[in-house]
Amino acid sequence: MSPAVDATEVRRRTHELLAAHPPATTGRTDFLKARFDAGLAWVHYPEGLGGLDAPRSLQQVVDAELAAADAPDNDPRRIGIGLGMAAPTILGFGTDEQKRRFLRPLWVGEEVWCQLFSEPGAGSDLAALATRAVQGDDGDWTVDGQKVWTSSAHVARWAILIARTDPDLPKHRGISYFICDMTDPGVDVRPLRQITGEAEFNEVFLSGVRIPDSHRLGPVGEGWKVAQTTLMNERVSIGGSRIPREGGMIGPVSTTWRERPGLRTHDTHQRLLTLWVEAEVARLTGERLRQQLVAGQPGPEGSGMKLAFARLNQEISGLEVELLGDEGLLYGDWTMVRPELVDFTGRDAGYRYLRSKGNSIEGGTSEVLLNIVAERVLGLPAEPRNDKDVAWKDLSR
Amino acid sequence: MTVPTQPPATPDLLYSQDEEDLRSAVRALLADRADAPTVIAATESDTPYDPRLWEALATGIGAAGLLVPEKLGGQGASHREAAVVLEELGRSVAPAPYLTSSVVATETLLALAGGEDGPAAALLRELASGARTAVLAVPFATPPAGADAALTSRDGTVRGIADAAAADVLLVPTPKGLYAVGAAAPGVAVEPLVPLDLTRPLATLTLSGATGTLLADAVTSATAVRRGLLAGAGLLASEQLGIAEWCLAETVRYTRERHQFNRPVGSFQSLKHRMAQLWLEVVSARAAARNAADALATDSPDAPLAVAVAQAYCSGVAVHAAEECVQLHGGIGMTWEHPAHLYLKRAKADSVAYGSAGSHREAVAELAELPAP
Repeated sequence: MSPAVDATEVRRRTHELLAAHPPATTGRTDFLKARFDAGLAWVHYPEGLGGLDAPRSLQQVVDAELAAADAPDNDPRRIGIGLGMAAPTILGFGTDEQKRRFLRPLWVGEEVWCQLFSEPGAGSDLAALATRAVQGDDGDWTVDGQKVWTSSAHVARWAILIARTDPDLPKHRGISYFICDMTDPGVDVRPLRQITGEAEFNEVFLSGVRIPDSHRLGPVGEGWKVAQTTLMNERVSIGGSRIPREGGMIGPVSTTWRERPGLRTHDTHQRLLTLWVEAEVARLTGERLRQQLVAGQPGPEGSGMKLAFARLNQEISGLEVELLGDEGLLYGDWTMVRPELVDFTGRDAGYRYLRSKGNSIEGGTSEVLLNIVAERVLGLPAEPRNDKDVAWKDLSR
Repeated sequence: MTVPTQPPATPDLLYSQDEEDLRSAVRALLADRADAPTVIAATESDTPYDPRLWEALATGIGAAGLLVPEKLGGQGASHREAAVVLEELGRSVAPAPYLTSSVVATETLLALAGGEDGPAAALLRELASGARTAVLAVPFATPPAGADAALTSRDGTVRGIADAAAADVLLVPTPKGLYAVGAAAPGVAVEPLVPLDLTRPLATLTLSGATGTLLADAVTSATAVRRGLLAGAGLLASEQLGIAEWCLAETVRYTRERHQFNRPVGSFQSLKHRMAQLWLEVVSARAAARNAADALATDSPDAPLAVAVAQAYCSGVAVHAAEECVQLHGGIGMTWEHPAHLYLKRAKADSVAYGSAGSHREAVAELAELPAP
């Protein structure tokens, strides 16, 4: 353990990294590897795993120094699932060997990760999942089942996977958590075309996929508990970034309003003003959440931000289609493509309208998030349940 | 490509330790002197204000002088602290002329820039100490942008002035400038009205040949009145936040305890979702209200927009929370005995005070350059 790491020390180490590996003359991947090895990848991670055991708030010192020096970053949008979900889970539950093997190529971006959680029969009720993992005499596992809504599956090297290992136990207790090799011959990835015409997501069919027991994360039967870490981090990562005024979906429609007076009507004006105010308040709410996190006072507001943005994105893009009139009747391109990155505000109003319908479904439906707020934040009692103490194999499907 | 105006600096949207300490002191005082049965009983009397509560709040805690510089006898604090006081007053709906006297009248006088001497400074010292209260003689519904229309001559009538019946001094905007008129002076009549919100009494002021002290010329006065109303509208958002917080907390508490169909009614998803939605609105209202308070405190050029956004948003949140509070309490929520109606009436009256949400959206249209057709 090094002496207390503060902003000065972090800045010194960043300058040392930049001096030893000048971004102008160092290859991108080499620079990122050096940054990881210097403990400046995610400073709140342990030493030797890309961090310095430092407070998370010091990361912004590193990022500011590196941005000023024009250093390359690890393109976090391309590897969001690895950074936001796989990494904290591996850190929390992985063996030393797993942490050493997986975290560095994950952070550098050499290995893309995807998430094999949702199934056709297990969406909001994720714990009902039916994908089976059976352990052989050699201790290794054979996995059969079908996963769905898997972004990046077609480019991923690894997946975080939850599967049922004991159907005789109640559903939350018979699940285990694995790291799945996406190059296994039993993995079949097929594009899932969505209402926008494109396929951001995939269906993943698993047939006799082999997983060594050394790629299990956490104890057998504890997979649900491990998955909570993953899902908690998913919601934090969705709500966490800072945006400027008119930075989201409200931006394009406001610009259209200013530049094209001929489209303006009294009805759309009233609706635009209401939504502009709500978007500005949502921006401020996100900013307040960010300030709480920096001050070390994390609040439960994060779970609310996704709810707010989902509804706003839908209403604003819906207004925009109407405002555009004749043009709102057109659509850019229905061609089936498989984008590697998703930009909710990219493309035309029709695309924004259709894509934003997913915002209240992906990463927890708005209905489930309202339940979470009601029960975990407000402390309201849960609905009576009849599925918690029944063996999974006896549940109705 | 048009570019939206960005705020000049990142506002501080959190509460400082001093602000939290102030909150604790005000909350303890209100719990002690203004619980719900006391407030209900007070609204049925001729004098809803509790002089001992005002003395403890204004003088004891020093809340009346938060906006006033120390050299004028105040605390030299800011709108951020006054906003915290208003959150607590909203949470208790205790009748107290804080928003009208300690914010709007005080801010108006401060904006006259009369220095440390003169009649405005003398009055500020009295307001800051809590010894006297003053109200701006304009209808409570006047939005900041509508201040010009509220000008009267020194003879005439102004209807619907909040807290006028308890005020020692009336600040009367006229075409000549702003006059300070003593409430007890000859030719001054203050007639109470029957208000929707009994916790903030309204009155009609009639002046007939009254004399007063001219505080500033017409141009300075008009600017000062707009500034006073802007501060009032901005900090009203914090009161609305306090109202909404109380309504949500009380509704959650009640629906956890109330059993029907052999289970707490708060376990039904249709009710839970409504309360979770309210929570999201309260969280958002807090960010909007803090932003307005911080913009006023730092005299930011973004203040008019921050205030318009806060009012356009928080008015609806307080009303929604109070309406849900009544509905989710069922029958008990419709009784005079239960305090829910106090919050509903305050919230609804507040949604008209200092301009409706719609009038503040019109301000947003101008400030954010989103013009009408």
